[in-house]
Amino acid sequence: MAEKNLALTPPKLPEPARTTGWLKPPLINLRPVNFFFDVNRAMSLWPVTFGLACCAIEMMAMSMARWDISRFGAEVFRPSVRQSDVMLVTGTVTKKMAPTVVRLYEQMPAPKWVVAVGNCAVSGGPFNFAEQYGVVMGVDKLIPVDVYVPGCPPRPEAYQEGIFKVQELILGSRWWPKAEEIVS
Amino acid sequence: MELSNISVTGLIVLIVACLLVIALMVVNAIVMVYAERKGAGFIQRRPGPYEVGPWGILQPVVDSMKLLGKQIFVPSNVDFFLFFAAPVLAFFPVLILFLPIPFGPVLTALKVPDGIVLILAFAGFGLLANLLAGYASNNKYGILGAGRAVSQGVAYEIPMILALLAVVFQTGSMNLSEIAEAQGRWPWSWNIACQPLAFFIYLVTLVAETNRAPFDLPEGESELTAGFHTEYSGMGFALFFLAEYANMLLVSFVCATFFLGGYKGPFLDGFWWTFIKAYAVMCFIVWIRWTFPRVRFDQLLNINWKWLLPLSILNLWVTAVVLKIVGP
Repeated sequence: MAEKNLALTPPKLPEPARTTGWLKPPLINLRPVNFFFDVNRAMSLWPVTFGLACCAIEMMAMSMARWDISRFGAEVFRPSVRQSDVMLVTGTVTKKMAPTVVRLYEQMPAPKWVVAVGNCAVSGGPFNFAEQYGVVMGVDKLIPVDVYVPGCPPRPEAYQEGIFKVQELILGSRWWPKAEEIVS
Repeated sequence: MELSNISVTGLIVLIVACLLVIALMVVNAIVMVYAERKGAGFIQRRPGPYEVGPWGILQPVVDSMKLLGKQIFVPSNVDFFLFFAAPVLAFFPVLILFLPIPFGPVLTALKVPDGIVLILAFAGFGLLANLLAGYASNNKYGILGAGRAVSQGVAYEIPMILALLAVVFQTGSMNLSEIAEAQGRWPWSWNIACQPLAFFIYLVTLVAETNRAPFDLPEGESELTAGFHTEYSGMGFALFFLAEYANMLLVSFVCATFFLGGYKGPFLDGFWWTFIKAYAVMCFIVWIRWTFPRVRFDQLLNINWKWLLPLSILNLWVTAVVLKIVGP
């Protein structure tokens, strides 16, 4: 019965290409040039000013004084998706919001990455039960996701770790030392 | 200055000056992006850029290289020529505006008798670029941002010109070198001492003319996603940013020349005083950006038409009367 009551069917997309950010290889495909630009991209990941639910509050905490993300060059929250590099999908993706999320993703210029933050964006989280009618079970049903950050909501440190994971995807290896290595 | 009067040496001087000004604009943008983000960090009690390079000094370089490698995106139904002409038009006219600025006693690229008229005439090109960017990108936010940019820029140009005109009355010259030369060496003999109101009006209008917070209505993030440069990605956006910082530097140099004694300073005159004063004004602009909230648009126009314009006219009138009685 619940199937018939859908207010909005989620848009059907072709199977997305699982590449990190790129839609097609760069014009000048040389290793040193690619590495140079990849380091620059990894060091200035500008997120979209875009929050869906309570996880967005933790995203704000991540950018503020205590867990300052600007230390790693990722504090420039661009309101226009044309100028941003990484989309943090923070929170519950409802079926009503789904077309907007897809459109925002499609509007971003090519080297782009998506981080699904919070249990709702990863898998539906607490909304993942039978006869659920309003929530998309994970944003990876809509757009290709590069990094998953679980938590309900995750700590701001986990958000930063997600950004580091994106940097790891771009560069092939981890750039910053791990927290345990600094302590020991 | 007619075209037939330009000699070969004059032409070489102009070309060298243009190259130096381009270098100054680029270096200034890199330094100011770093200073702005670091200043924002310090004002909000956080470190700011810290990990990319020592103390994060490589952050603006990295950002610009990233923007260089970004996909250049052209939305459908845009005016293709104007869409790409607008960032170039925002950037290159600023080049001309730096030529009449007296950086030092001899360090002036173009010694024209009406330097301030040249600056004020070409300053409108930045506004035109914003308008074209908003119009050409076929975006409702772009159009709204362009409309705001034009109404704000046109409104604030009037008190700005009237405030500068008071100083021109007092000096009796529109030549920027002569205005700098007419002021003394110590702060109490600069124009800020006898024209404090004009200085204040100019300080408010220069923030509004360069579209900086608290007057950054044309790109107000909360209501228009990014204003006139909503649709620009990669280098188009970077050129708009470069032009914004170059405009800030220009108005700071004009402020230093008109009100803060130009290249004259305590102990030893020279170009270093021009740069110190101009960058002090730049730091002031950055400081108030991270301190004040953004004004509403009706408040913005009310400040201009109800306060700044009558005050600047009054200031001009008082200056004229005093000059008539006392003599220049």
